[in-house]
Amino acid sequence: MKAIAARRHHRQAPVVLLVLALLVMGGVYAAFATTSADATVVTQSDDDVEAGRKLFAANCASCHGLNAEGRQNAPSLVGVGAASVYFQVSTGRMPMQADAPQAEAKPPQFGEEATRQLAAYVASLGAGPAIPTEDQVDPAKGDPASGMALFRTNCSMCHAASGAGGALTQGKYAPSVLNTDPAAIYTAMATGPQSMPVFNDMTLTPEEKRDIIAFIDAQKEGAPGGLDLGQIGPVGEGMWAFIVGMGLLIACAVWIGAKSS
Amino acid sequence: MSTNDTPRHDELVVTHAPEGVVDPGLPPHQPRLGDTDPKASKRSERIVAALFGLSVLGSIGVIVAYFAFPPGESVSSIQQSNMFLGLGLAFCFAGIGFGAVHWAKSIMNDHEKVEERHPQRSSDEDRAAAVEVLKEGAADSGIARRSALKGGLITALALLPLPVALPLIGNVGADWDVSKFRHTMWRRGTRLMTDPTYRPIRAADVTIGSVVHVIPEGLHHDELESDQSFMDEKAKAVVLLVRLDERDLKHTEGSYHGIVAFSKICTHVGCPVALYEQQTHHLLCPCHQSTFDVADGAKVVFGPAKRALPQLPITVDDEGYLIATDDFSEPIGPSFWERVK
Repeated sequence: MKAIAARRHHRQAPVVLLVLALLVMGGVYAAFATTSADATVVTQSDDDVEAGRKLFAANCASCHGLNAEGRQNAPSLVGVGAASVYFQVSTGRMPMQADAPQAEAKPPQFGEEATRQLAAYVASLGAGPAIPTEDQVDPAKGDPASGMALFRTNCSMCHAASGAGGALTQGKYAPSVLNTDPAAIYTAMATGPQSMPVFNDMTLTPEEKRDIIAFIDAQKEGAPGGLDLGQIGPVGEGMWAFIVGMGLLIACAVWIGAKSS
Repeated sequence: MSTNDTPRHDELVVTHAPEGVVDPGLPPHQPRLGDTDPKASKRSERIVAALFGLSVLGSIGVIVAYFAFPPGESVSSIQQSNMFLGLGLAFCFAGIGFGAVHWAKSIMNDHEKVEERHPQRSSDEDRAAAVEVLKEGAADSGIARRSALKGGLITALALLPLPVALPLIGNVGADWDVSKFRHTMWRRGTRLMTDPTYRPIRAADVTIGSVVHVIPEGLHHDELESDQSFMDEKAKAVVLLVRLDERDLKHTEGSYHGIVAFSKICTHVGCPVALYEQQTHHLLCPCHQSTFDVADGAKVVFGPAKRALPQLPITVDDEGYLIATDDFSEPIGPSFWERVK
């Protein structure tokens, strides 16, 4: 301790402190940002529906209405199906945090059990898409090549060819799908949350949805070229070229032109 | 050439400066550390040698990496190969570059030198001689009186660009048949098929809020003579099918119970328009942000596009599958000169 105290006025002390602070911040963020979300098979029972009804009344009814009939700013949930509840609640989009252009993903507010019960309750109100089984969303069982062709036609215009997402209008955007849990990808396609259109089982069969999940999973290895710069296209790449690339060139020019000491 | 301590340079500049401004001349020469301290000079030498050594290591590294890390099949092995090859190349080039610059800056002599620019104007004798030569040549050729030769030369020079320009212009497009831009593969009774899975679409299966990417029946590799015609036809015939709540539709013409089909080719410059926002019924073009309102006949609500997307009129056949009732009512895609009817 004494040795450290003696060196606190050292020329490089601020640099060391800054690096330490950054490391601590990064570590804390990483610890909080990790979320665990696993695809689960939903088995409904009357108990679940009853428990879900209570959860709904306590957490959702203020906007969606006591019987999920919908209000001015919140849609009716009759017939949206368990898949919709799974997607919205397991990705933390619902309950909504603030009245924003779109509900953003955040750490889920309900555990797996409560999500399942809410889904069971909403599913009991009217028929809708169900939560897929683990088998239906297993990337290992899909064909990534077929998934790529389907992704390019159906998904890439909004989520970008890389899956990194892109902008829509008025502050809305298509989020990145690269780190989305497979069951959430499946339920998003099946229900069409927010601005996203619906891709039902006629448009994309369950097997085709699994192919798309396999394609997205195959992107996790990264790009062979190395740094992908966010994969958002020419904007990110141009920024690097101008700021980093040209900055280095200017620094070299200044160095070459400066007099040697 | 003269060095900065000769007075000639200062005098020359002062004569051209506005009054009251005195040319400060070059700053006094400051010796570098290496000029006075042999130790520092030795250190600079060692740094340069080390940079060149780094370049040597980089070159050897590239050769080692080439054999040690073949690109292989997996993404991670390609990443590894690229990274080590790249690092080696960076060191082998940067080592030479930085070493050479450091050598020039810290070891080579750093006395500023002034090189005067000589006047650009030739001497009066040279100019007069040149004019004389030109006049002699013109008189000798007799261009003023031999009008046939003059005409021949001008004609020959005028025709000279044609052998280059004609093939260039002729090859633009190579095909002046514009009538094919007016029609697509869609006919009365053509079934709507999903792209790329090529399945017919039952109207009852299209739920509200759905989007289906559609190609015409017959647009399939097995049914067309070549891949080229497949791409040509697909580029014109692609359609985006959307189902809205029927109450949201402003015109029901050409629609079937809330199902509407529009050309996917933007009327601005022909990008595929397919970013559909389910809640606002807006369709966005990814290239220049043209926005079309699907609920209102795909008319333009924002962006550089000038015309609504052409609508494909649809209905269902006896089996309940969606079919077209006609081709698009107008040419699809961006404007072209002959588009005006």
